[in-house]
Amino acid sequence: MAKKIRSSEITPESVFRQRRVILQAAGLGLGAAGTGIMMPEQLHAAAPEFKDLAQWPGSTDETRTTFEQATTYNNFYELGTDKGDPKKNADKLATTPWTVEVGGECEKGGNYALEDILKPHTFEERIYRLRCVEAWSMVIPWVGFPLADLLKRFEPNSKAKYVQFETIYDPDKLPGQKYPILQWPYAEGLRIDEAMHPLTLMAVGLYGKELPAQNGAPLRLVVPWKYGFKSIKSIVAINFVEEEPATSWNKSAPREYGFYSNVNPQVSHPRWSQAKERRLDSDSSGFSALFSEKRETEMFNGYADEVASLYEGMDLKKSF
Amino acid sequence: MNTRAASAKGVTLSRASIIQASFNMSKLLLKPAVFILCLVPFFMAVAGVMTNKFVDPVEALLLISGEWGLRMLLITLCVTPIQFIFKWATVAKLRRMLGLFAFFYTTVHLAVWVVLDQGLDLGDALSAIVENMFITVGIIAWIGLLFLALTSNRFAVRKLGSRWKSLHNWIYLLVLLALVHFIWQVRASELLEPSIYLGAFALLLIWRFFRMIKR
Repeated sequence: MAKKIRSSEITPESVFRQRRVILQAAGLGLGAAGTGIMMPEQLHAAAPEFKDLAQWPGSTDETRTTFEQATTYNNFYELGTDKGDPKKNADKLATTPWTVEVGGECEKGGNYALEDILKPHTFEERIYRLRCVEAWSMVIPWVGFPLADLLKRFEPNSKAKYVQFETIYDPDKLPGQKYPILQWPYAEGLRIDEAMHPLTLMAVGLYGKELPAQNGAPLRLVVPWKYGFKSIKSIVAINFVEEEPATSWNKSAPREYGFYSNVNPQVSHPRWSQAKERRLDSDSSGFSALFSEKRETEMFNGYADEVASLYEGMDLKKSF
Repeated sequence: MNTRAASAKGVTLSRASIIQASFNMSKLLLKPAVFILCLVPFFMAVAGVMTNKFVDPVEALLLISGEWGLRMLLITLCVTPIQFIFKWATVAKLRRMLGLFAFFYTTVHLAVWVVLDQGLDLGDALSAIVENMFITVGIIAWIGLLFLALTSNRFAVRKLGSRWKSLHNWIYLLVLLALVHFIWQVRASELLEPSIYLGAFALLLIWRFFRMIKR
């Protein structure tokens, strides 16, 4: 963060006034507080930055995906089904104000403003592998905090066996939600022990910057040992429930996408193999990417040591 | 008087010949123009890779070549209806070229998959063909197209005689297989593009069905 600040990175006042509440609440400064006149196109380029982030010691040291790759190649059907659509339609997702509705089997449910959700937490940077069910993968530095720390604040009771999450539903503005591509709103879920696992991250940023809309602003899940679609974006609802909750992809094609959807090279998707993946990173951009060899996919996306115990005694071919 | 008449006649003649010449010219240019047009998607894809436009260029090339293979197949099937509906005989001259472009794009599609996606690992590719039905169907469709492409030259047409027509009528089944291959790999309910292709194919079949019973 000590590098020289380019003028394109300076935050316009209008943006930082909206954002400072969040960042101050989280005990962080702005990377650059802006003054002066900005051109409209710079408004997009200037995502507020997080300063002095603590580095999580478990981060992978594999070659990283570039910011450009991670923010222009997205599956976020609410903003369009082509990989490039979410970035093009990013301005259709309004993130201020943002409220998260917490409910179900817990003591402290209710509507929480984003600032109140984030206030008590210290953010850190964690570099995780991300494996998409479509057989490509990335290495992304996320900014966030353990989901467990947030969930505990709502005091879930003994009936809270699962946690269900929902993405924003706004068909007037979100172009993808005009069509029944999936059942809207997008819903995902985790078993409570998965949700409370120290690897499960509630993310607010990537590459030291606030999450762009296409990556799930302002609040998204990152569950690194599961296929990417489990890491639900732009969360507006968290529910503690007793029964396994319905999830969007499972409802769309139950034979193809299970509730668990742990990364597993031995269990093929019915239409394609999951044994290998194409890594999209700075070594494989442009022309050289044409001839980059696929790599073997690892069990639980390489996080088996940390998470395999969650599934002891389970038949992962049945509970895929 | 005489000279004036003669010169007037000369003018009319040359005007007619100019019209005739430009008509011939447009007939002459039609094929090369369509040829170049058909190559545009290919060169745009190559340019896209060169200028780093695609985050996953292999996936992009697979998608573009596959889509254009399917589109070219459907365009090829449009030739006969266009010929009859618009009474435009010349368009028939494009049929073989358009069909060969359909074969070209599907071959690029297959080559990108085997060489770039599967990394020339033929064992991997073979087991994918056997295990994944949508790939099996795609391969069958391509083999069928290969036979049609090999028998598209004048020599084969002459040699096969009346059997040529019945052989090339298989194109309808092959397009159907290509459509199944495409629709099978669609994720979620992303149905706009598949329904456009299916609709076009259905219209072409209906037109041919009515033409058949009229005869």
